[in-house]
Amino acid sequence: MPHDHHTEPPSDLELRVKSLESLLVEKGLVNPEALNEIIDTYENKVGPMNGARVVAKAWSDPEFKEWLLRDATAAVKSLGYVGRQGEHLQVAENTPKIHNLVVCTLCSCYPWTVLGLPPAWYKSAPYRSRAVSEPRAVLAEFGTVLEQQVNIRVWDSTSEVRYLVLPLRPTGTDGWSEERLSHLVSRNSMIGVELARDTEAVDT
Amino acid sequence: MTDFPFQPHDEEGLVFNEPWEAQAFGLVLALHEQGLFSWNEWTTVLSREITEAQQAGDPDLGNTYYQHWLKALEHLVLEKKLSSISELDVRKNKWLRAYANTPHGKPIHLEAADR
Repeated sequence: MPHDHHTEPPSDLELRVKSLESLLVEKGLVNPEALNEIIDTYENKVGPMNGARVVAKAWSDPEFKEWLLRDATAAVKSLGYVGRQGEHLQVAENTPKIHNLVVCTLCSCYPWTVLGLPPAWYKSAPYRSRAVSEPRAVLAEFGTVLEQQVNIRVWDSTSEVRYLVLPLRPTGTDGWSEERLSHLVSRNSMIGVELARDTEAVDT
Repeated sequence: MTDFPFQPHDEEGLVFNEPWEAQAFGLVLALHEQGLFSWNEWTTVLSREITEAQQAGDPDLGNTYYQHWLKALEHLVLEKKLSSISELDVRKNKWLRAYANTPHGKPIHLEAADR
């Protein structure tokens, strides 16, 4: 290649971000250290394990569960998970009769604090519309087949309120520690497209 | 947050596909934390971008999400007069020159544009 002694020109997207970033930093509107801290947090420190810990605690501790259902923002804060956008968290509890499903029809709002960043399918137009119009079919595509008598409730997130599903605790887990229970809690079960994992998923 | 050694991990792998996505994401949060716009203002602009992209024929399967995110950020920056179209344009060209003037493998600094 004749030009390999120069750096490859960046993509237009990269250039646009670099331009914004360098100008905003120069103007003192963005602190580069704060920016790095934010990126590091979301890349490495928050993720579905936070939510799994919340769910496992709710399964084990009735008082915590009651608090979580009443004021999820405060309850998860007690575990150190605090929303950065001042948003409220609300927890929707699955029961044998009601299954909850979370979506953001407008722009993919998501409970970052407890689930990290959303997967690509959550942000896709088909999921955003079909979760509302045909939730049962969407669930079936995730391999989740509910009995007909189970009602599905769909929660549409907003910039102010984000939702987290509290899945049903799998049977055969009596006496399990929170730590062990948390292995049964997948990200998808907290969005509501799947159920919590079977006990076989965890080494006994 | 290391209490649970076998935490469920994200089967989608990395949460960002390319570094610029992470930078664009972080910039929005940083500006919001500086109080330059409310989160509601942000989601309004982002929703509008996504709707417009869909109307323009983007199948919007989630892989273009951060492109909409970046466009929304640019709009809000202009709307709030934190920068201008011409300023952004000049800066983009400056970065292009900096890339062209930087030997392969070396970190790219903006000053290299004027070399």
